[in-house]
Amino acid sequence: MAHDVFIVLAAFLACSVEMVEALTIVLAVGVTRGWRSAIIGTIAALSGLAVVVAALGPALSVIPIDSLRLVVGTLLLIFGLQWLRKAILRASGFKAVHDEDAIFEEERQAALAAGRADRDGIDWYAFTVSFKGVFLEGLEVAFIVITVGSAQHNVALAAVGAFIALVVVLAVGLVVHRPLSRVPENTMKFGVGVMLTTFGIFWASEGAGVEWPGGDIALLAVLVYVLGMAVGLTAALRARHARVTAELTVAAG
Amino acid sequence: MNALKTFGRFWYDFIVGDDWKLAVGAVLTVSLTFFLTHHDVNAWWLAPIAVAALLGISLAHASSRATSR
Repeated sequence: MAHDVFIVLAAFLACSVEMVEALTIVLAVGVTRGWRSAIIGTIAALSGLAVVVAALGPALSVIPIDSLRLVVGTLLLIFGLQWLRKAILRASGFKAVHDEDAIFEEERQAALAAGRADRDGIDWYAFTVSFKGVFLEGLEVAFIVITVGSAQHNVALAAVGAFIALVVVLAVGLVVHRPLSRVPENTMKFGVGVMLTTFGIFWASEGAGVEWPGGDIALLAVLVYVLGMAVGLTAALRARHARVTAELTVAAG
Repeated sequence: MNALKTFGRFWYDFIVGDDWKLAVGAVLTVSLTFFLTHHDVNAWWLAPIAVAALLGISLAHASSRATSR
C-alpha cells in the first residue's frame, strides 16, 4: 500500500513540475501567435507520450521482476541523484532557480520575432514549439512513469498519478492564463529527487539480490534516510554559500 | 552524422545528466551490491552509504566550481 501511494505521488509531482514548464512555453506561443496551432501541437505531443507509455509499459511487464528491478532501479537511482543534485544546488543558491516569468517572456519574444509559416491553416512555428516543449518535458515523466510503474508491475497506477497532474496543471493554466510562477517548483523537484533516489536504492538493491531488513517496510526507512541526507546536504551547502557571499562582500567593500 | 550526434547527445543528457560521475557511481554501486549478495553478503547497507558519498562529493565539486568562477 505504501509503495502504491509513493508511486502515484512520485509520478504526480514529477509530471506537475515538467508540465508547469511545458505550460509556460505553450502559453507564450498561444498568447503571441494564436491558440489553435499551439493546442494542436500540445495534443499531438501528449498523444505521442501516451503511445510511448502504452507501448513500453506492457512490454516491460513480461520481464522477470528481479531483472527488471535491477535495471530500472539503477536508472531511477541515476535520475533521482540528478534531480536531487540540481534541487539542492538551487535551494542553496549555487544555481539559479527556474524563473517561469523570465522563460515566458523569452519564449514570447522569440514567438513575436519568428516569421509566419502558415500551411493548411496551421501556424507551424506555434505547432512545432508547443509540440517540442510538451514532448521533451513530458518524455522524462513518461520514463519515470514507465520505470517506477514497471518495477511494481503496475504502470497504470503511475500513469494515473501523471494524468491527475496533467489535468490539474492544464486546468489551473486555463484559469489563470499566466505562467505558474508561484508553484514551488524547486521544492517539488526536491521531493521527486528524494522519492526516485529512494525507489532506486530499494529496487536496485533488491534486484541485485539484497534482502531488506524488515521487508517492504524498509522502503519507509530508506525514504527517511534519503530525506535526512538531502536536507543535511542542503543546509551544509547553504552555510557554505552564505560564507562565500560574506567573504566576497568583505573583499569588495 | 549530425543527426546521429544530436540523437546521442539527447540521450546522454537525458539519462546521464549534468554529472556523469553520479551515473557511473550508481552503476558501480549496484554492480558491487550484486557481487556481494552473490557471495553470501546481504549488502543492503551499501547503496545508502554510497549514495550519500556520491551526492556529497558531486555537490562539493559543483559548489567549488561555482565559487571559483
